[in-house]
Amino acid sequence: MSKVAAVVRNAGSDTMVNVAQAWAEEYAKVNAAVSVEVSGGGSATGIAGLIDGVVDLANCSRRMEVSERARAEEKNHHGVVETIAGHDALALYVHPDNPLDEISLEQLGRMYGRGGDVERWSQLGISWPHGEDDRILLISRQSNSGTYEYFRNSILGKRGEFRAGTRDLNGSKEVVSLIASTRAAIGYSGMGYAIEGVKTLRIKAGASAAVAPTVESAQNGTYKISRPLYIYSLEGAAAAITNYLEWILSPAGQAVVRKAGYVPLVS
Amino acid sequence: MRRYWQRIEERLAELLIHTSGISAVIFVFAILFFVLREGWPGLASGAVDLGQMLFSGDWRPTSPEGARYGTLALVVGTFSVTVVAMAIAVPLSLGAALFLSEFAPPAWRETLKVLIEILAAIPSVVWGFIGLMVMNPLIVQFTGAAIGLNVLNGGIILALMSAPIITSLSEDALKAVPDSYREAALAMGATQWQTAWRVLLPTARKGLAGAALLGLGRAVGESMAVLMATGHSVRYPNGLLDSVRTLTATIAAELGESAVGSEHYRALFLVGAQLLVITFAINWVASRLVRGGTK
Repeated sequence: MSKVAAVVRNAGSDTMVNVAQAWAEEYAKVNAAVSVEVSGGGSATGIAGLIDGVVDLANCSRRMEVSERARAEEKNHHGVVETIAGHDALALYVHPDNPLDEISLEQLGRMYGRGGDVERWSQLGISWPHGEDDRILLISRQSNSGTYEYFRNSILGKRGEFRAGTRDLNGSKEVVSLIASTRAAIGYSGMGYAIEGVKTLRIKAGASAAVAPTVESAQNGTYKISRPLYIYSLEGAAAAITNYLEWILSPAGQAVVRKAGYVPLVS
Repeated sequence: MRRYWQRIEERLAELLIHTSGISAVIFVFAILFFVLREGWPGLASGAVDLGQMLFSGDWRPTSPEGARYGTLALVVGTFSVTVVAMAIAVPLSLGAALFLSEFAPPAWRETLKVLIEILAAIPSVVWGFIGLMVMNPLIVQFTGAAIGLNVLNGGIILALMSAPIITSLSEDALKAVPDSYREAALAMGATQWQTAWRVLLPTARKGLAGAALLGLGRAVGESMAVLMATGHSVRYPNGLLDSVRTLTATIAAELGESAVGSEHYRALFLVGAQLLVITFAINWVASRLVRGGTK
């Protein structure tokens, strides 16, 4: 065992906590002198830590807001550096007994949006094989999650509103496991959260063919609901921190991204 | 000299007891003060409209078209789950208490009491887990509902959580009835059952009502278990099989990620104040009822 010479404190987005953990473990094999401490808590928590100087690298599944950046720069007297470390394709999950295989962005909007007219599975051009009651059971996220915000902006538009009465769960994992036990449900989570017992839908945008969420389709842009994963740091950070960031962007670091179920950067 | 010391000791003891006595009052007021201090600026600045908060069911704290903080659906959700819980827990617990105090053989009694205490010690997250993983598929299987996270699930979980409290307090109340009452009833030829039904229950009603109310308080204030078992969906339920969302679960789910001092944060503290008012009202009505019931 060599001695640990430096500690990198990495915190933030719950969406990214899996890949952040995987990076830290892999990096320990590459450079045992640096210990990376990972914690979750949400994008806002990571940024608050960066501002207060208790976090070196803030994981963020949304872009840092202008006000947040201003506060971080004022308090630390250093500029904030934005790094895109990969992408997360948002998958639409349904129960495997659901005959539906693809859905269009426009249909999703009519399903999730306020005042939308799609309330039954049979309205999507399939016949529901499980009896009379084919009402769609919408699953969403708590209103201050980054995933919730991204889904709203990309499906319902910047000024869009969700339909009332969605089940608002508190984590990406919870969404997927509830769908596995609920036949009439649909919900969204990162594609890395797929488990045995759920099905991901192909997504159709406009007139083009429906596309399944994969690393390739997210990278070439044919899969439309994919978002960047950011890491924020400060200018003038210690070498241990910048070296770690560089390693994350290297082929070795990006291989970890793919393995954790996220979308690596195009090399 | 010795007398002097005794007097000081006496004084100190008195002071200590006095302080502990009023500390409960101090805590209640401190909590009320804290909740209102954090929530009040929301009302004062006009960010949260009191009328909308109390009479609208539109809870959209992060809406791009302007946040709305209507809590009526959450209040209805809280009450629907609580009513179901009490409908299950009160008869069950009274029966258990009667059995424990009047009918059970001594060896049974001790074992059962230990088991009930264990039931009371199960953490609420574990109950929530049972709601999510065990009750959810069972309810879907037996009722044909589309989803098992609903009023029924939350009600059953809360009933199981409050039953141990109601049972042990009811047992104490029944035990407190003097044995002379039992002897008199039995001497007049009443059966054991008649004694329990006609003599013990009416005599102990004050304590029994108190027990039920403490259970009710537990049910209204519980958050983790209902967050997991009710489906967490803002809506007015049409029946037992509809998902709902409660006041407590809303605070638990949203406070962690709302920025300190933001409108949303203030609104959540106002929800907390609302919850306090509701529990105070329940206790007040209850104490009136209990007092009115005795001569």
